[in-house]
Amino acid sequence: MQIIQPHYHAIARTAQDYERMAMSGVVAVCEPAFWAGFDRRHPETFIDYFAQISEFEPTRAAEFGIRHFCWVAVNPKEAENKELTDEVLRQMPEFLEKPTCLGVGETGLHKSTPNEIESLQAHVEMAMKHDQLVLIHTPHLSDKAHGTKTVLEVLAGMDVNPDRIWIDHVEEQTIEPVLDAGYWAGMTLYPVTKCSPRRAVDILEKYPRERLLVNSSADWGPSDPFTLQESIVEFRRRGHSLQDAIEVYHNNPCRFLGQNPKWDIKPIVCTES
Amino acid sequence: MLSPQKTLDSYYLEARRDLLEVAAMLDRYDEAVKREGAKAGDESKKDSLLQAMKLLSQPDHPQANRAEQLLVHFAKIP
Repeated sequence: MQIIQPHYHAIARTAQDYERMAMSGVVAVCEPAFWAGFDRRHPETFIDYFAQISEFEPTRAAEFGIRHFCWVAVNPKEAENKELTDEVLRQMPEFLEKPTCLGVGETGLHKSTPNEIESLQAHVEMAMKHDQLVLIHTPHLSDKAHGTKTVLEVLAGMDVNPDRIWIDHVEEQTIEPVLDAGYWAGMTLYPVTKCSPRRAVDILEKYPRERLLVNSSADWGPSDPFTLQESIVEFRRRGHSLQDAIEVYHNNPCRFLGQNPKWDIKPIVCTES
Repeated sequence: MLSPQKTLDSYYLEARRDLLEVAAMLDRYDEAVKREGAKAGDESKKDSLLQAMKLLSQPDHPQANRAEQLLVHFAKIP
């Protein structure tokens, strides 16, 4: 089965991930810009990072026959540094033009501070101005419900097209308002801290799947890119057809990301009887 | 050996995850009942889990033997 990893932080992972993902059917990964585990002090560090994920990382993935795409943004944690954020935003449009850059992300909220909210608004405005897709991070654990509500309130006050916005890391307590507002909703599967492969399948069974995306966890912390495959096995184990699995784990990412013409991977139909 | 605080701080998130999995499993069962319009013919496994949680929710376990008590409890389910 062909699989797309819609949210994957390749720079924190080894080539062995790429090799094993390729063996398991992954054909493309998308790498949003994220927090490095420490707060960066210089805009230039971000510029080099954006160059890494838009220029170098596609070559590393290609060694294993995997397409690599990226997103650029100042993540919510570092958005607390307003001066840094303003300068990075000033230089970001150059990277939106890169052939594998799909849009602005992951922006969003962490502690929902005024600076984070201002940065989220600035990122979304830039995306709309440059006709880009948006990937929005929602907070973890105890901050999640409040942060997701705040994200929706911020977006409701802006002139946005919900079709082009993906709100990520939803769980049982946040998925309904995201879908009700017309956005795409992403579930991120972590070994401990976010959604799990089984709970993700529960959500796939409970809600309309047309705007749902499933991501593995893949970063520098306790995470596992193969939570995505675990979820696929669980989905199939419950009796869902191969085509239904393809719709969720391959075609939905194609439908959302394909709104950017740089994404040229098309939805597929299996011929299994 | 870990201090009381370190014990909670070290294992809270994993225990939270495990409880969420139990909650999701029970939700999955309820959804299946709704879908099919009938309960399982034998609900003893569900009842056993609910009883186990009742046991866990008791505040004091002076012998610190919850796991042992659960194993004895679960042994009643064939």
